[in-house]
Amino acid sequence: MLHYIEEHTKTSSQPVGQSAIIENVSRRTILGGALVASGLVLAVKILPAYAREPMTPYPTGAEGMSDKTVNDPHVFIAIDKSGDVKIVTHRSEMGTGIRTSLPMVVADEMEADWSRVSLVQAPGDEPKYGNQDTDGSRSMRHFIQPMRQCGAAMRQMLEAAAAAKWGIDAKLCRAKAHKVIRLDASGKETGETMGFGDLAEAAIALPTPKVEDLLFKTPDEFTLMRKGETKIADLRNITTGKAIYGADVRLPGMKFAVMARPDVLGAKIVKYDASETLKTPGVEKVVEIEGFYDVPRKFHQLGGIAVVAKSTYAALLGRDALQIEWNNGENGSYNSAAYSKEMEATAAKPGKVIRNEGDVDAAFAAAKQVFTADYHGQHLVQAPMEPLVAVARVADGKAEIWAPVQSPYGARKDIAEALKLPLENVTVHVTLLGGGFGRKSKWDFMIEAALLSQKLGEPVLLQWSREDDTRHSFYHTTSVERIEMAIDDKGKVTGWRHRTVSPSILSTFAPDSGYQFPIEYGMGFVDVPFDVPNFRCENGPAKAHTRIGWYRSVSNIQRAFAVQSAVCEVAHKLGRDPKDFLLEMIGPDRKIDLKASGFPDDFWNYGEPYESFPIDTERLKNVIRVAAEKAGWGKTLPERQGLGIAAHRAFASYVASVVHVVIDDDGTIRVPEVTTAVDCGFYVNPERIRSQIEGAAVMGMSNAVYSGITFKDGAVEQSNYSDFNVATMHNYPKKVNTIIIEPKTASWHTGGIGEPGVPPFAPALANAIFAATGKRLRSLPMGEKVT
Amino acid sequence: MATITVNGESRTVDSDPGTPLLWYLRDEAGLTGTKYGCGAGVCGACTIHLDGVAVRSCMTTIEMADGKSITTIEGLSADGEHAVQKAWRELSVPQCGFCQAGQIMQAASLLAKNNAPSDDEIVEEMGGNICRCGCYQRIHAAVRLAAGGV
Repeated sequence: MLHYIEEHTKTSSQPVGQSAIIENVSRRTILGGALVASGLVLAVKILPAYAREPMTPYPTGAEGMSDKTVNDPHVFIAIDKSGDVKIVTHRSEMGTGIRTSLPMVVADEMEADWSRVSLVQAPGDEPKYGNQDTDGSRSMRHFIQPMRQCGAAMRQMLEAAAAAKWGIDAKLCRAKAHKVIRLDASGKETGETMGFGDLAEAAIALPTPKVEDLLFKTPDEFTLMRKGETKIADLRNITTGKAIYGADVRLPGMKFAVMARPDVLGAKIVKYDASETLKTPGVEKVVEIEGFYDVPRKFHQLGGIAVVAKSTYAALLGRDALQIEWNNGENGSYNSAAYSKEMEATAAKPGKVIRNEGDVDAAFAAAKQVFTADYHGQHLVQAPMEPLVAVARVADGKAEIWAPVQSPYGARKDIAEALKLPLENVTVHVTLLGGGFGRKSKWDFMIEAALLSQKLGEPVLLQWSREDDTRHSFYHTTSVERIEMAIDDKGKVTGWRHRTVSPSILSTFAPDSGYQFPIEYGMGFVDVPFDVPNFRCENGPAKAHTRIGWYRSVSNIQRAFAVQSAVCEVAHKLGRDPKDFLLEMIGPDRKIDLKASGFPDDFWNYGEPYESFPIDTERLKNVIRVAAEKAGWGKTLPERQGLGIAAHRAFASYVASVVHVVIDDDGTIRVPEVTTAVDCGFYVNPERIRSQIEGAAVMGMSNAVYSGITFKDGAVEQSNYSDFNVATMHNYPKKVNTIIIEPKTASWHTGGIGEPGVPPFAPALANAIFAATGKRLRSLPMGEKVT
Repeated sequence: MATITVNGESRTVDSDPGTPLLWYLRDEAGLTGTKYGCGAGVCGACTIHLDGVAVRSCMTTIEMADGKSITTIEGLSADGEHAVQKAWRELSVPQCGFCQAGQIMQAASLLAKNNAPSDDEIVEEMGGNICRCGCYQRIHAAVRLAAGGV
């Protein structure tokens, strides 16, 4: 539905005439339907820039997502009479910039002036907007095509409307910079134009052009895409304190609440005493929220005692005064140290074979030498700066929820079920997210708030304290990765065996078999593209004793750490340069033949069709070479300094990082510089790609050195940033150099960017530490000092 | 009963004097620009100025602010054009943005007392403000950029 907005009366402020276009005058190639400019010779030329081209859509994994994609300009774009444009942004903003970047695609393709565009955040409604699950680095990967189609369709509707008004052929009408320009028969501008505002009403009334009739802007005509000059839409509000996050929502009569939850998963309340709580000034009510104890638990509420008050502070004080006796149940015996030993013992034994190529046993039997190492990873908590929070108003058979949520439609469906309300009576509004990292796509916190509001009959803001956020997450899993390599007498790796042991995310969604599932196998385990003829991946069982969930880049963290550390270890063992040896392990340029390489039939590939997003070793090697070159790989460094390299394909993008480490006299690990080359295919917003890569280095540093969640007697031992340590201004990687690879062909489709920067950091750092000190660190977190 | 000047406006506050300013500002005064991140003085998201100096509002009570003046992100400048705010925008510092009010208030406090801080001084002053998105490189650069304009 295209809204025609009467109330806006602003007039066009930026008349634009013929503009100077920087045209790439060097060789162009047309590949796969899209035009790609290459070469470096630039010239400024005045031209009527109307080049448009057809584009055959390529299939993506969006087709496999719930409600897929929507490309209807009537849904996403509104233009008012004054020419002001509203664009619906339907994915959640948690810091990647996607709230800006997708509308930017629409605006560029439709020739809208960005200064005339305002954004409308969509509520949770996937049948209307397409998939909204902002997760898996999928937003640009899945929506660049629908959003370009949306913008192109709107542009063509505006051109058609102008053609009708002028009574000429639409071919003589060209949209440019928020107006339609009339051309003469020779293609020259007549000087006559009509603004988007004047055309809006007529354009709306036209049918949406078919996708096969759409023509798209050529990259040299982009005004926003690939430029990196567009500020995020919320920048001013963020810097002035006006941006609205979850806890900033205020409703008339709204109460403030916090909840006491079980420290051990599945623990039940034996009895509780709230008498002191109810004496706390400002506290109004104490409400028990029944927990959900069945398996699978999914995103159901943990349950507990909610304290409802006039202010958050009163609620917190009231909660402190609660006396609760819990029965911890079977998970009360979960202890991280002992569990890690169990996983290590499991990894020493054969597991379920997930990928098998060649004859691994024969390769090991014939090996001149064998390499074996175990790599350990602890649980992690996402710990976004904004702790979980939700505001709910449930009354008169209707529910409205405001929350910083990554997946508003999924939340809406489950909230409707929990409240026993029809879906159409539940509305989920998406605020800005103060970070997400995967935690905010699990909506237990919203279900709690909704249930509480329903019980109260009043609107309520349910705030999680930092301690709650730390202790009641869906944790990144803990793991042991065993890597073994068989090496022949010529120093070639002839056999590879990787055993992964780690409680599975699947345990949150299905009865726990202890084994992982294809999505986890697909993240840096079975998809390792090494040119080793005998290759086997095995999985040993590990049952979950806490809620396991996803955390930015998920299983890739521990897999890239193990695989990329192991390759470097073997390089040193063989006296080889780690970068050269890594390139040799990857082998010739090729797209991995899944069948010939023994991949499982259910290979995940980040949900993408393999023909659109193959594993391309040329691209992986390219980022390694570029990162190495830019970082000055091979340069001589002072004592106790070193460079380390690692590379990884994740979320259909290729990333290599070179970490420069300095080990202080007291052993402190410092990282003065990281150089990261990223190939995410056809990129859109280079400025936000850089910020994601800078942030990934910082989170990589946290994961590698500082952060860990451990359990004792079933409960999380950490509580706050005081003991769940993350990188700060004191110890972050000081300088991140980001190199964005230009796509070589149009078949390098848009990949993910939110997560792929994280996995290479930890192994690159471990490899750098080895180069600096000769010490090999195989456990995450490494701790802040090398001893 | 306490009297606190909030963003230039004198207010009479009759809440429990032990209430941290963070919760007074957010839940009572309607100033939600100051963020709750940890409640323990270890993240800096709630940083405000108390008589011009950065403090953690989660650790500073109404009682401690009695008779004093506090400034929040909403009051840092009337038009949002404080040199630190401008530098933050110029360098596109924020990702999710949640910690940035605290970062900006911390930086403004630093530059008010030292308009040419060294790199070490910037790290020392900003070291208690956590950014989980990892914007530190740009935060550091923005403090340096703003230093010219304060």
